[in-house]
Amino acid sequence: MELNDDLKKRWHNSKVLLLGGSAGSFKILFRIIKTLPPDFGKTVIIVIHRKKNFFSEIEKLFGDHSRMYLREVCDKDPIQNNTIYIAPANYHTLIENKLQFSLDVSESVWYSKPSIDVTFESAAETFKGQCTAILLSGANQDGAQGLLKLRNEGSLTIVQNPANAEMADMPKAALNINAAELILDVEDIYQFLHI
Amino acid sequence: MIEDAKEGHLLQPHEIEDLINVIKKLYGFDFSGYSKASLKRRLTRILQLKRLSFYDLKHLLINDKDFFQHFLEEVTVNVTEMFRDPLFYKAINNQVLPYLSTFQHVKIWSAGCSSGEEVYSMAILLKEAGLIKKSFVYGTDINTEVLKEAKKGIYSLRKIKSYAENYQYSGLPGTITDHFTILYDAATIHTELKQNTLFSVHNLISDNVFNEFQLISCRNVFIYFESALQEKILDLFYRSLCPLGFLCLGSKEAIRSDAFKKRFKTISSKENIYQKIGA
Repeated sequence: MELNDDLKKRWHNSKVLLLGGSAGSFKILFRIIKTLPPDFGKTVIIVIHRKKNFFSEIEKLFGDHSRMYLREVCDKDPIQNNTIYIAPANYHTLIENKLQFSLDVSESVWYSKPSIDVTFESAAETFKGQCTAILLSGANQDGAQGLLKLRNEGSLTIVQNPANAEMADMPKAALNINAAELILDVEDIYQFLHI
Repeated sequence: MIEDAKEGHLLQPHEIEDLINVIKKLYGFDFSGYSKASLKRRLTRILQLKRLSFYDLKHLLINDKDFFQHFLEEVTVNVTEMFRDPLFYKAINNQVLPYLSTFQHVKIWSAGCSSGEEVYSMAILLKEAGLIKKSFVYGTDINTEVLKEAKKGIYSLRKIKSYAENYQYSGLPGTITDHFTILYDAATIHTELKQNTLFSVHNLISDNVFNEFQLISCRNVFIYFESALQEKILDLFYRSLCPLGFLCLGSKEAIRSDAFKKRFKTISSKENIYQKIGA
């Protein structure tokens, strides 16, 4: 994977790493969580689609294997560096301001709550160009609009290569509206995060 | 104006302030302590749904009183479920109702009850515990329109069936439809469950204590308020609870202020159930 210096610089300067995934993204997110170092130097926000009565098994599994401090977002939680935040099931996660999350139980977006679009759009409004966002495998269109907003604000936007994603719809939807700057294979995503 | 809506007009902070001021002056509803991220989403949604610009919306709010009721309904989030977070109901059943059963009367307040789903979930829980005859559940909301729905206690069968899984996880016997009379697509809550409920308008921000309760449930309302307003309402709840009464917040809400942490004992940190202690 060849990246020019400008992209590397934007990645290094990003304060927030946003990860969005649906069907077929779990294993990738799990591996990312296992490898990110405790002093990663960024805030990581993960939005993953799941059933509402799934009783936080994802959070427990992620928490048990994360090297970084990891927590499920609670209303008005402070946004801190070197922390992984998981958007809770059955809520939308919003960025209230640069220092604080807030939650919302309003209508599902693309049949999803949490919706990736909602969090990405909210991050775009608050953090502008200070994010790097990666949209992974998924079977619907959630995340594409949010990714576009992030790109328009100057954030670095990436999609998993649909050619080898388990479910190609989500990255494809983002590519269709020109929301992604980079298309990376899974192995390159792992590599990218450790540049 | 349509172009504006298509573009997904981004409301500026000063425009939101402007709307908050208009609403406060003309209608007495104070949105200034609301979480801004969510309020902005709701307002933007209204602009898009109605294809309005910011100025159209402001004009309507100032000149059309009927529009305001409709606006209030749209700007507040009225998404609710029966037995939302089923493990919460299980915890109430196992950890709280045995204690409440020792009271002569059990008064429960569901604050921000929307279309009544939580009130009737509570009523079902009380009935199954054999407490319904000595209990009374009050449901309040700022929104008169949703309260009309709540009072009727009639829901679409499709909707009620979508709560079947929640009901099952809550650990209650039978199925959710056992508590409704079903006629075609209409499911009406049993009279026995409805007769000990009362729905009325109450504004958590501007109205005061109106009764003394053994349990107050205010779930997924605090998420729409900033921390300072949350504290103000915590104080209202504290004053509305009997000694050792219970306060239930949503599963992702918490009592954050140190002052109130001292005045409430945690009964379940996972389900956010607290008990009033101290004077």
